[in-house]
Amino acid sequence: MAKYAAPGQPDSVVTFRDRYDHFIGGEYVPPAKGQYFSNPSPVTGEDFTEIARGTAEDVERALDAAHGAARAWGRTSVAERANVLNRIADRMEANLEKLAVAETWENGKAVRETLAADLPLAIDHFRYFAGAIRAQEGGISQIDEDLVAYHFHEPLGVVAQIIPWNFPILMAVWKLAPALAAGNAVVLKPAEQTPASIHVLMELIADLLPPGVVNIVNGFGVEAGKPLASSRRVAKVAFTGETTTGRLIMQYASENIIPVTLELGGKSPNVFFNDVAAQKDAFYDKALEGFTMFALNQGEVCTCPSRALVQSDIYDQFMADAVERTKAVKQGHPLDTETMIGAQASNDQLEKILSYIDIGKQEGARVLTGGERADLGGELSGGYYVTPTVFEGDNKMRIFQEEIFGPVVSVARFADYDDAIKTANDTLYGLGAGVWSRDGGTAYRAGRDIQAGRVWVNNYHAYPAHAAFGGYKQSGIGRENHRMMLDHYQQTKNLLISYSQNAQGFF
Amino acid sequence: MPRVALTPEAADVLRGLRADHGDLMFHQSGGCCDGSAPMCYPLGEFRTGASDVHLGDLAVDSFVVPVWMSASQFEYWSHTHLTIDVVPGRGSGFSLEAPLGVRFLVRSRLLTDEEL
Repeated sequence: MAKYAAPGQPDSVVTFRDRYDHFIGGEYVPPAKGQYFSNPSPVTGEDFTEIARGTAEDVERALDAAHGAARAWGRTSVAERANVLNRIADRMEANLEKLAVAETWENGKAVRETLAADLPLAIDHFRYFAGAIRAQEGGISQIDEDLVAYHFHEPLGVVAQIIPWNFPILMAVWKLAPALAAGNAVVLKPAEQTPASIHVLMELIADLLPPGVVNIVNGFGVEAGKPLASSRRVAKVAFTGETTTGRLIMQYASENIIPVTLELGGKSPNVFFNDVAAQKDAFYDKALEGFTMFALNQGEVCTCPSRALVQSDIYDQFMADAVERTKAVKQGHPLDTETMIGAQASNDQLEKILSYIDIGKQEGARVLTGGERADLGGELSGGYYVTPTVFEGDNKMRIFQEEIFGPVVSVARFADYDDAIKTANDTLYGLGAGVWSRDGGTAYRAGRDIQAGRVWVNNYHAYPAHAAFGGYKQSGIGRENHRMMLDHYQQTKNLLISYSQNAQGFF
Repeated sequence: MPRVALTPEAADVLRGLRADHGDLMFHQSGGCCDGSAPMCYPLGEFRTGASDVHLGDLAVDSFVVPVWMSASQFEYWSHTHLTIDVVPGRGSGFSLEAPLGVRFLVRSRLLTDEEL
């Protein structure tokens, strides 16, 4: 067991500055209106730094810097851009603990996850897109003997990226890596709940990027996000968040006729067929862990397996084992490497989760374990902690249909295959799903029949680069985490060239 | 039959927002991060359409604030009554109250048989 010293203590691996300005044109720039907002750590609820409160003036300044840098950056060789991404990855790797502790203090998540998942995945993401852009090819299509179509990839120019608070660094990197690899300049707005850790990263890598290629404007959605998303000076908007803001961003984009990519969450079913319990072996243990994955990252994952569907004939025993496994999830100080579940990211998130636990009880769902705020005592009493919660109920209940974004799973039975698929697909969303079966045929068919962009079969919550991630239905548009994201950050230039010396024959 | 209501604390926040931004509207969000929470905008900022349901109007003094939700989401919410409350928070999306350090939140109860 090890526990990292909290930022601010003398022996901490990371020190936050007292204040963060905007990062524009390669340097830190105070906000035009001179205002700042305080940033608390969810671990304790105490403020630890203050952040520039950006406005339209700051967004314009960042767009000026990005437009100044975009042309030259877009014309660098792919080898040069790949080298930059690889150097960023190396720098992050050399500072992994520092970034992991910063991310934990910022977001509240357990440091074992930032050390083992958030940061290694972010580092690999830069390397993946460094490789992907090197390997990307255009096309040559011979239309006829003398007419040839050449297809080139060109960057879009300046793109806007609005980042969520559940994985502040990793979700920024999911958007930055493909955009930069493709040769775009970026204006990025972090979530106002988690605005600081990205600056710890930026300070580490600023010297590796030409000024203006990455610009970070902090602030509130309405004051900084809206002017960015609605700007006529951006060629594309990428957003991860919820449906109403997603629609609003599409609405702004329609005014400017620009593309968007959206990742808007889900209500992911995790389906356990009866053969899972045929033996009490390693696979059964893995399936129980798969059930418990709803508590990963405190449930603040767009693909949280927040609906578990368990076949009736194994239901009682499986759920007894699953509840026992859930109770074994260690809740504690997020900087303790033994801790498995940390703090919810903000007070309003905590309140929302508690409001859903309330409506779940009102609707008649049964609490099998958890169901309350956790007071961990001492300095953690001011933090935002919820006990991992298992509800048993019916798929029509609101706790089965709405994204709670907390460590809450709602469990229902199913009779047979058709019943399982019907219930799994009875949702507005289609981002993630899990299928558990020892039978390859069942697993394959279920994986194909569930309407979701990512179906994990006999595993869950793995996010390797080169496995496409994105939504069906109301879960969004686009596929991240894969080289196909390059297409979302590139124009296609077609040169249609005639090698014939003869007139075309019309006039 | 009223489907939506407002706490006195939330009404206070709306009074301040209206003074700064003019007429207001709510659209109930779904999905991740700040989803499942009501978003407050200047009236008309968010374009509602055939895919939305008008849940009702919240009366505050002499002005009203319409509340909307997507029709597909309403299919799953139609058996519940919503009260818009406000809690200390750090905001979300482009909702107007975020810079004030508060966040609107929906509290729900089941509609009674008489109400349904």
